[in-house]
Amino acid sequence: MFNDVPLLSLIIWVPVIGGIACMFAGDDRKATRARCIALLTAFINLLLCVPLYLNFDKTTANMQFVENVDWIAKFGVHYHLGVDGISILMVILSTITTFLVVIASWRPIKKNVAQYMAAFLIMQGMMVGVFESLDSILFYVFWEGMLIPMYLCIGMWGGARRTYASIKFFLYTFLGSALMLIALLYLRTKTNNFDIVGFYAVKLTMTEQVTIFIAFLLAFAVKIPMWPVHTWLPDAHTEAPAGGSVVLAALMLKMGIYGILRFSMPITPDASSHLSGLMIVLSLIAIVYIAIVAIGQTDMKRLIAYSSVAHMGFTTLACFVIYKIIAKTGDVHDAYLTLEGGMVQMLSHAFSTGAMFLGVGVLYERLHSREISSFGGVAHKMPMFAAFFMLFALANVGLPGTSGFVGEFLIILGSFKANYVITLFAATTLVLSAVYTLWMYKRIFFGKVETAGVESMRDLEMPEYSVFAILALLVIFIGVYPNALLSVFHTSIGHLLELSTTSKL
Amino acid sequence: MNFTPPDFLPAIGEMFTLGMICVVMLAYLFFDKANRGITYFLAQITLLGAAIIAISLYGHPTEITFDGSFVLDSKSLLLKIFILLSSVFVLMYTRTYIRDNEIAHGEFYLLVLFSVLGMEVLVSAYSFLTLYLGLEIFSLPLYAMIALRHNRPVCQEAAMKYFLMGAIASGFLLYGMSLVYGACASLNIQEIVSMMTISAATQPMMLTVGLVFIAAGALFKLGVAPFHMWVPDVYEGAPNAMALFIATAPKLAGFALLLRLLVETMPALFPQWDYLLIAVAVLSMAVGNIIAIAQDNIKRMLAYSSIANMGYMLLGLIAGTPRGYGSAMFYIIIYVVMSLGAFGIITLLSRKGFELEKIDDFKGLNARNPWLALMMLLIMFSMAGVPPSVGFFAKVGVLESLVRADIVWLPAVALVFAIIGAYYYLRVVKVMYFDEPLEKTPVILESFDSQLAISINGLAVFFLGLFPTALIELCQKAFSA
Repeated sequence: MFNDVPLLSLIIWVPVIGGIACMFAGDDRKATRARCIALLTAFINLLLCVPLYLNFDKTTANMQFVENVDWIAKFGVHYHLGVDGISILMVILSTITTFLVVIASWRPIKKNVAQYMAAFLIMQGMMVGVFESLDSILFYVFWEGMLIPMYLCIGMWGGARRTYASIKFFLYTFLGSALMLIALLYLRTKTNNFDIVGFYAVKLTMTEQVTIFIAFLLAFAVKIPMWPVHTWLPDAHTEAPAGGSVVLAALMLKMGIYGILRFSMPITPDASSHLSGLMIVLSLIAIVYIAIVAIGQTDMKRLIAYSSVAHMGFTTLACFVIYKIIAKTGDVHDAYLTLEGGMVQMLSHAFSTGAMFLGVGVLYERLHSREISSFGGVAHKMPMFAAFFMLFALANVGLPGTSGFVGEFLIILGSFKANYVITLFAATTLVLSAVYTLWMYKRIFFGKVETAGVESMRDLEMPEYSVFAILALLVIFIGVYPNALLSVFHTSIGHLLELSTTSKL
Repeated sequence: MNFTPPDFLPAIGEMFTLGMICVVMLAYLFFDKANRGITYFLAQITLLGAAIIAISLYGHPTEITFDGSFVLDSKSLLLKIFILLSSVFVLMYTRTYIRDNEIAHGEFYLLVLFSVLGMEVLVSAYSFLTLYLGLEIFSLPLYAMIALRHNRPVCQEAAMKYFLMGAIASGFLLYGMSLVYGACASLNIQEIVSMMTISAATQPMMLTVGLVFIAAGALFKLGVAPFHMWVPDVYEGAPNAMALFIATAPKLAGFALLLRLLVETMPALFPQWDYLLIAVAVLSMAVGNIIAIAQDNIKRMLAYSSIANMGYMLLGLIAGTPRGYGSAMFYIIIYVVMSLGAFGIITLLSRKGFELEKIDDFKGLNARNPWLALMMLLIMFSMAGVPPSVGFFAKVGVLESLVRADIVWLPAVALVFAIIGAYYYLRVVKVMYFDEPLEKTPVILESFDSQLAISINGLAVFFLGLFPTALIELCQKAFSA
């Protein structure tokens, strides 16, 4: 019955229209109205994902729910949407995250509520658009378009240095994406349209591939972010409001990885293989060096931001280590597992880090401080919250039974087939992430209650409680039964692997 | 000798404008002070009427009349339509401003109409003589217009500067034209084109020098670096309402000038002027985008932004293909729509005795009038070329035509400058949205038509971004025949 309904378009445009409706909901005296519209929109969107998931055919790697109409005929740009096993999960992830963010922002945001909700809903539409686009210009439009609401979100509701952080965020990501546009225009001269899947079949020389790969890499490396272009992230994360940080960590960073999977690897497989050594080194630097940097942070949000960079290093490692595995053992199966590990790691990171940012938001709302040192003994006052936070901290560390374990384990296992040195460095994350996460946890939650501020803190209230409960369930569910995810993207990853390892020279 | 009257149909729009100008002038003289508001409506009727004529002529086969000195083609009609419509918006925006600041409105409307007439003639001109005629008819009222606020010395200075610079540009242009005339023995574009290949062989030096002077004159008028010095000074010195007019329709006319003189008259010299334009375009993008960062005055900032934008527009001409010319036309039209909105808001926010000039005057606009702030936000992001606004597609258009013409380095350079440029547009958004307002009083637009104008203008930027196809097709079609 859902064959005639343009589901993918609805998932993009319902939140955008809801966001515009929010904008006109009125000023802060009518804040509840804006909140209700936002919640309703986010909920409808979540409901739309149900038929999407149920009607999704897991046995094929083809694009499904395809919509394709001319958009700008003169340029050969189409409004072309579709999902495969990889993107459908990202779409569902985005809708869940936005839904949770709307609930979590119910109380903390008091200024310009209508515009805040509007920004988030519009951002949601744009992000879903990124994951659903099969036309590269459409992809680019959504990719850049979401910068506008994010820029406003950091700048209007952010912390003390919000102006600096927002402009840095915008210019950094804008700069990264510029060369991607040229690469797309160049690729277009080969196929005469901007169809992403069409690009997969284009034959390219090594020089062309390397140039295009680097142009893409700049765009995606900034978004992921990879060392050394990660410096915008700690600033943006720290200054953004809690909801903004969640969207940044859970979704925006994933767009970078998604870009590598959708563009870099299949379009320029030989360059990816050729440069995989460099990419692995960059990933390892992120994993080891950034983790050490995280230990030294005194600001909770900064610490989690650095931990994000380190964890994303893991996923980029997964993407590029497959070339080494295949070169060494020729065993596609190991590469397969590693890449799937990367996917799981990516999704797991969204939940655990997102939840931790929300947790910091809860603490910030009560004490108006992000410094670790202003807390201590919070567990006495907020036992429920402490329990939840422990779970997310452990997921972040990668404890078996939580979602964090599955991905890291698969990647470490796979990297061993490539080179044990890589494994050695990658595995340090197990120690280092435990150090910074648990040490932070200890300083915030354990010990005696020493300040009057902490004394006055109240435990979780209803909206916060429900958000954390949902996230906790998801984290444990993925940890215990990762097959729920694996089965969805298994076929698509296989197809991707085939494309990414077939030479185009 | 037989006298056959020329076909007047192609010039019917211009004749209508001229006739109505006389009506407006008489109405202004004969109505007493209380009823002089009528000139506003008459002026609007003139512009709208001429626009309707231009629209109904659209699709008319290309026709050259008046002994080969006047042309009716889809390029000129398209440009005319946008010149007229943008002038309609200019009048809507400036109405309150003119009234509040007690500027002699009859004179202002007449000058606008005369200038528009000149632009109409210019875009349809097909010989050097008509081109020059149109150019002067449209420029002279602009100089006078700036000086209308005679109690402000800064306006007088700007008017003087504009006049002198304009005169120099005209001088360049005339000198260049005389050299080309010397080489080709005709002022008529059609005849020059047919003579060009022969004279390029016999008189290469003369033609090249003529080309350089002609290009310099036209680029002067467009305000492209290194001929840009007057732009920021004039924008800054001109009263906001006049700056609004100068920053919009004349750009379209300047584009037409460049198009007729270089693209249509001298296709044989393409390699020469291509190099010239590359240098000028890169310089413009660099100068415009970098210097704009340092500006505190919003009008100066927009002036440098216009210099940069003209550089981007030139990229389309550099591609040297019909596709590129079409993209350049699309770019300039979109630029005018955006510039109209930006200066429109500046004019609307200026009150009696208060000229909005500093970027800081926008502080906290979101708290004072969220709708205006939203419109300005759309326009700023569009100017920065951030999708999904139409400014993005304008940039993609010119860049795409370059990549198609196998020039890949230039788009990369252009994009780097675009990113530098994004900073100062972001700054305006930052000031409006992130900063606390200097005064808490909400901004209320009194007149309905200005509110309508800015809403249409801002939303046009947004919706053209979602559905740019129709306009792109129109621009491309103008060059494909």
